[in-house]
Amino acid sequence: MSAALELAGLRTTLDTPRGELRGVDGVDLAIARGECFALVGESGCGKSMTALSVLRLLPEAGRITGGSVRLGELDLLALPEAAMRTVRGRRVAMIFQEPSTALNPVLTVGRQVAEVIERHTSLRGAAVRARVLELLGAVGIPEPERRMHEYAFQLSGGLRQRAMIAGALAVDPEVLIADEPTTALDVTIQAQILELLAKLQRERGMALLLITHDLGIVAKMADRVAVMYAGEIVEVAPRAAFFRAPQHPYSQKLFAALPGAAQRAGPLAQIPGQVPPLTQAFAGCRFAERCELAFERCRREPPQPIALESGHEVRCHLRERERAAPRAAPAGEPAARAAAAARPLLEVRDLKVHFPIRRGVLRRTVGHVKAVDGVSLAVAEGRTLALVGESGSGKTTVGKAILQLLRPTAGSVRYAGEELTGLARAAMKRHRAAMQIVFQDPYASLNPRMRVADILAEGMRSLGVGATEAERARRIGALLEQVGLPADAQARYPHEFSGGQRQRVAIARALAVEPRLIVCDEPTSALDVSVQAQILNLLRALQERLGLAYLFITHNLAVVEYLAHEVAVMRGGQIVEQGPAGQVLGAPRHEYTRALLAAVPKVD
Amino acid sequence: MIAYIIRRTLYAIPILIGINFITFGLFFLVNTPDDMARMQLGVKRVTPEAIEKWKAERGYDKPLLYNAAESGRRFLTETIFFEKSVKLFVFDFGRAEDNRDIANEIRTRMGPSLALAVPVFLVGIAVNITFALGMAFFRATYLDLWGVILCVAMMSISSLFYIIGGQYLVSKLWHLVPISGYAEGTDAVKFLVLPVLIGVVGGIGAGSRWYRTLFLEEMGKDYVRTARAKGLAESAVMFRHVLQNAMIPILTGVVVVIPLLFMGSLITESFFGIPGLGSYTIDAIQAQDFAVVRAMVFIGSVLYILGLLLTDLSYTLVDPRVRLD
Amino acid sequence: MPVLLPTDALVWLLVAAVAAFAWYSSRRPHLAAPWARVLRSRAAVASAVVLGCFMLVGLLDSLHYRPALPAKDPGAPVAYSVEVRSALDALLTPLRTKLEKTYSAPLATRLYQKETVERPDGSTAREFPRLAHGGAHLKDEARWGRDVALRILAGLAGAVALWSLAVLAGRRTLARRWPRVPWSAAAAALGGLLALAGPAAMLAGGYHVLGTSQVGSDVLYQALKSIRTSLVIGTLTTLVLLPLGIVAGIAAGYFKGWVDDVIQYLYTTLNSIPGVLLIAASVLMVQVYVDTHPELFPTSAQRADFRLLALCAILGAVSWTGLARLLRGETLKLAELEYIQAAHAFGVSHSRVLGRHILPNVAHIVIISLVLDFSGLVLAEAVLSYVGVGVDPSTTSFGTMINAARLEMAREPMVWWSLAAAFFFMFALVLAANLFADAVRDGFDPRVRV
Repeated sequence: MSAALELAGLRTTLDTPRGELRGVDGVDLAIARGECFALVGESGCGKSMTALSVLRLLPEAGRITGGSVRLGELDLLALPEAAMRTVRGRRVAMIFQEPSTALNPVLTVGRQVAEVIERHTSLRGAAVRARVLELLGAVGIPEPERRMHEYAFQLSGGLRQRAMIAGALAVDPEVLIADEPTTALDVTIQAQILELLAKLQRERGMALLLITHDLGIVAKMADRVAVMYAGEIVEVAPRAAFFRAPQHPYSQKLFAALPGAAQRAGPLAQIPGQVPPLTQAFAGCRFAERCELAFERCRREPPQPIALESGHEVRCHLRERERAAPRAAPAGEPAARAAAAARPLLEVRDLKVHFPIRRGVLRRTVGHVKAVDGVSLAVAEGRTLALVGESGSGKTTVGKAILQLLRPTAGSVRYAGEELTGLARAAMKRHRAAMQIVFQDPYASLNPRMRVADILAEGMRSLGVGATEAERARRIGALLEQVGLPADAQARYPHEFSGGQRQRVAIARALAVEPRLIVCDEPTSALDVSVQAQILNLLRALQERLGLAYLFITHNLAVVEYLAHEVAVMRGGQIVEQGPAGQVLGAPRHEYTRALLAAVPKVD
Repeated sequence: MIAYIIRRTLYAIPILIGINFITFGLFFLVNTPDDMARMQLGVKRVTPEAIEKWKAERGYDKPLLYNAAESGRRFLTETIFFEKSVKLFVFDFGRAEDNRDIANEIRTRMGPSLALAVPVFLVGIAVNITFALGMAFFRATYLDLWGVILCVAMMSISSLFYIIGGQYLVSKLWHLVPISGYAEGTDAVKFLVLPVLIGVVGGIGAGSRWYRTLFLEEMGKDYVRTARAKGLAESAVMFRHVLQNAMIPILTGVVVVIPLLFMGSLITESFFGIPGLGSYTIDAIQAQDFAVVRAMVFIGSVLYILGLLLTDLSYTLVDPRVRLD
Repeated sequence: MPVLLPTDALVWLLVAAVAAFAWYSSRRPHLAAPWARVLRSRAAVASAVVLGCFMLVGLLDSLHYRPALPAKDPGAPVAYSVEVRSALDALLTPLRTKLEKTYSAPLATRLYQKETVERPDGSTAREFPRLAHGGAHLKDEARWGRDVALRILAGLAGAVALWSLAVLAGRRTLARRWPRVPWSAAAAALGGLLALAGPAAMLAGGYHVLGTSQVGSDVLYQALKSIRTSLVIGTLTTLVLLPLGIVAGIAAGYFKGWVDDVIQYLYTTLNSIPGVLLIAASVLMVQVYVDTHPELFPTSAQRADFRLLALCAILGAVSWTGLARLLRGETLKLAELEYIQAAHAFGVSHSRVLGRHILPNVAHIVIISLVLDFSGLVLAEAVLSYVGVGVDPSTTSFGTMINAARLEMAREPMVWWSLAAAFFFMFALVLAANLFADAVRDGFDPRVRV
C-alpha cells in the first residue's frame, strides 16, 4: 500500500482564553491512493483541525506543534509558505461544510473555478473557459454555460456544493479533503453529492479524506474508518471489520446511541457526561471518565494503539486480552407502541400561512409565498406525531402557527375542541399553558441574561401556575430533577451549560406550566448523537410518565422511526403522506416518502 | 430599476416636507420674527418702527401659517411659511442680509468648494484603503499594532490642530505655499495643495482604522479560507477576494457623502479663506444670517437624500445579490 | 453660599446613576464579566487612571458657590458676591488671581510685548517689562534657570514620594482585592501624571507654567477650567441621547409595523439635515432666545450655564439617531430569537419581554456606543465653539481657547502656548477616552468571546 497522504504524530494547538487547547494530540494516519478514508467523531474531537493542519490553513490562534504530514515524498510541514501554496489546490484540495459561505458571494461560480486553473496551470482564456465548462458538467451542474455566469446566491445548496467540488477538482489533485461536505444539505441532496464524490473518486483514483459525524455516510462511502475522540484517534479499521465489530467502547456506544425502528422497544444507549475539555492534561485514557468498562489502569495509564488483525487498531487496555463481540443484530420486529384510539387533543384543519410578496412603486402585493398551504393533522393525547420534511417544506411554520406565534392566513386550529385562530392576545393566554414548545438551537433558546430559576419561573408567573413564589421554587426544584439536572443549576446562567444540558433546561421550561402538548421543533438536530440519545430518552420517559402529546418536527428519519406513533410527511407547504409510523415508513405510498427513505444512509 | 428610483424619489417627498417643518419650527416658532429683529438690531434701544421696517424688508411681516386677511390661494401663499419654507422646494432661497441673491451666490461658490472637497475625498479614500490593506496584510504583527496605535492617536487630535499645525509648518515655517487665499483657474492649485493635504491627513486615523476593521472582518469569513485552500497567494486573496467584498460596506459610508461634497468643508474653507459654500455657511452662522443658514440646511438635506439613493444604486454595481425592484 | 447650577445638578445626578449602575452590574455576572475583561487590558487601566484625574478636576469644578463678601461692618447680614466660583477655583486661587497685563510666554519673567517704562533715573524706554507675578520673587533674573531647575527637582521629589505612597497603599488594598487587574499599568499612568503635575505645581507657585493669555490670565488655569466643559458635553449629552435612542430603537425593532415606519421616518428626516447645520441653527435660536429674554438669566454664569445645557440637549437630540438605528437592527434580530418566541408562547406581556429579554441583551450596544461617543463629543465641542455655535464665549473651553489663540497666529513670533496647552490637554483626554472605549468595545462585543 503506497500512502498518498501520511500523518505521523501530528499535534496542533489553539490558543483560547481558557488556555492552550490541544485539539489534535498525536494523530497518525495514512491514506492510500484511490482510498476513501473516513475520520469520524463528535463535535470538538479535533477532526476538522486535523484536516486544516494538513493544508496548514489553521485559524490565526492555531499552530502545529509537532509531527509530520507527508504527501508522497514531500514533508508539507517543512515547506516554506510559497511552496505550500503550490500544493494547496494543486495536489491537495479541500471542500467545506457550508457551501453558502465557502463560496465568494461577489464572484461568479465560473470565475471561482477558473481561478484555480489559472493559478496552477498555464492555461488561459478560452482554454480555461472550456475546462470550467467541462468541470461544471462533470459535477452534474445542468446548463453549465448559463450557470458559470451565476453567483453563489443564485444556486441551490446542492448546486453550490457541486460548484465547490468542481473548483476543488479543477486541476486533478491527488488528495481531496471533504470536511462534513453534506451536513448542511437536505438528505436527498446529500445522497446525490455523496454519489458524485464516490464517482469522481473512482474515476480519478484520488485519495479522499472524508470527515463526518454520520456513521451512515461512513458505511456508504468509506474503505477505512478512524474514530477520533478528544484529539486522538481511538480506533482505525477497514469498514467491514469496523461495522461488524467495533472494538473501542466509545465506537460501540456511538452505534448503540443511534436511534431507529429497532430500538423502539426501550431507551437508547447513552454516553454519560461530556467530552473533557482539551485544555487539560490527561493522565490515563481520555474516555475513562465516561466508560462503563473502565478499570483502575485506564485512569492511570494512557492506552497505546493495539494492532489487531488486518489493519484494525484500537487504543484500549481491554483489547490486550480479548476482542469485543460483534455488534448485536438489530432486535427483530419493532415493538408496536401501544396504539389505543385516544381522543384528539389538537386538530388542525386546512391550515394556511401565506406571506405577501410586494413589488413595484407602491409596494403592491403581487403574490404570496405559500409557506403552509392547506395542512390538516391531528395529535392525540399521549401520542407523538412526527412532522417530517426537508428545509423549506414549511414544517416549522406549521408549529409556530399552531401556537399562534404566527397568525395563520386561513384554516382552523382547535385545541380540545376550542378554536384558537383569531383569538386576541389576552384570550389566547388561557390556552398557553396547555401547549408549549421546545426549539432547535439550545444556544438561542435560553436568554443568556437570566438565571435558570428565572427562566423556569417566567412562564409560571405569566400564566399563574403555582400560587406563591415558594410553591414555584419547589416546583423548579422538582422540574430540574425531572429533566436530570443538578439542583444547583437554578442559580446558574445558560452559558455555564453544555448543549445537551441547555436542551434539558428548555424542556423543563416547557414542562413548568404543565402542558398537555409540546411542539418539539428539531430539538436534537444541533446535538451530537450521544447527547441526542440522552434527550430522546428523556422525551420518551416524560411522555410515558406524564402522558404528554408531542408534535415532533424533524428532518431526521431515524429519530422518527424511534419516537413517532404517527408520521406526516411535508413537502412544499403540504402534507404528501400521513399515517401510522409503521405504515408510512415501512410501506410508503407516496413517491417523495420513498425517495426520502431511500436517501438516508443506513448503518446496517 | 426605474421603478425603484421612482419609488425612492417619492419616498423623499415626505422626508423633505418633514425637514421643511423642522426648519420652519426652528427658525420661526422658537423665536418670533420680532425677537430676531430685536436681536439683529441690538436688544436695547430698538423702536417698534425699526422692528417693523426690518421685518418688512425681509418679508417677515406676514402671518406665520395662514393669512386671515387674504382669501383664496393667497390665504395660504401670503404667509411666512409659504414664502420662506415652501419656496425652498423650487430652490427659491430669497436674499441674504447683504441683499445678494442666495441662489446666485451658491452657484458661484460651488466651484471652489468642489475644487477642495473632491481631491480630499478621492485621495483620502485611496490613502485610507492603502493603509488599511497594509495593516490587514500584516495583521497581528508589530507593524499592525503600531499602525493601530498611530491611528488612535491621530483620531484623538482635533481637526482644528491639523489645520493650525499644517499652516504653521508648511506655510509659515517652510514658506512652501501661501497660507490662505484663492485664485481662479490653475493658480488655484498652489492654494489648494495644503488644505487638501491637511484634509487627507486629518482623516487617516478614523478612516484607516475603520477600513482595517472591515477588511479583518471579511478575512475571517469562510470564502477566504476557500481561496487560500486553492493555493492563491495572499496578495491575490486580499485584492481579488477580500477587497471586493469589503467594498460593499465601504461604499455605504462613502457614496452617501458624494453629493454633500458640494457643501464644501466648513472649517478648512474658512481657515484657508477659500470662497466656497463652507465658508459661506460659517460666515452666515457668525453673522446670524438666517436666510442663508435655512437655505444651506435645505440644500444639505436634499443632497443627503440624493446620497442615500446613490448608495442604494451603487450596491447593484458591487453586490450581485442586490437587485432593486 | 452654595449654588447649584443646572449642569451641576445633572452632573451629580449622572455620578449617582453611574454609581448605581456599577453596583447593579457587580451583582450581574453578564455585566460584571465584560467589565472584568475591560479591566484586564493594560491600556484600559492606564487610560482609566488618566480619565479619573480629568473627572476629579471636572467634579471639583462642579461644586459651585458664591463667596461671601467681606463684611463692611460687623453684625451686618452676610452679603454674597454675584460671581459664582467653584471648589476648583478656590483651590487654584493663586492661579486665578495672579493676572498679568497681557501675553507672556511659559515660565517667562517678562511680558511678551514692549511697553514704555519709566526707569528709576526718570528716563523712559521701550522694553519688555517684568511681570507682576511670574518670576516676581526673583531679585536677580539671572538666577531664573537655577530657580526653575530647583522647583522641577522639588516637584519631582514630591511626585516620587506621593507615587510611592500610593503604590504601597494600592498594593495592600486594591491589588489584594482584584489581583487580575494589571495594576502596574495604573501605577505607570499615575507615575506619568504625577511627574507632570508635581513640577507644574511647584513652578506654578512662582511662574505662569503655560504662560498667560491676551488678558493676562494664566493659561494653565484656563486649561484646567476647560476640562469641566468638555466632560459636561461628553457626558450630559447622553442624558438626552440615551432615552431617545433606546426607546425609539427598541420600539421600532420590536413592534415593527407602523411604529417602525414612524420612527424610521423620524430618524431619516433628522439624519438628512447635515449635523453641523442643524446644531448651528438650533444654537443660533437658543442664542436669540437668551439675548431677548435677559430677565430669565440674572447672572452671566447662569446664562453661560444655560447655553452649555442647551448645547448638550441639542447635541443629544441630533445624535440619538445612530444609537436608535443600531438598537433597531439588533432588536429585529433578537425578536426572532427562540427565547423571545418562548416568552410569547408563555403569553408574557410586551413590557416584560422588553424589560427582561430585549433590554438586557442590547445593554452592551448601549454601553459601547456611549463610550465611543464621548471622545467624538469632546472633539465636536472644539469645532462648534470655533465656528461660534458652541459654548458661550464667556465659558472657558478648549474651543474658545483655540479660537482666541488662532487670532494671534499671524503674530511674529507666534503666541503658541495657548494652542499648545489646549492641544496637550485635549489630546490626553481624547486619547485616554479612545483607548478606554476600544477596551470597552473589545470587552463587551459578543463576537470576541471564544
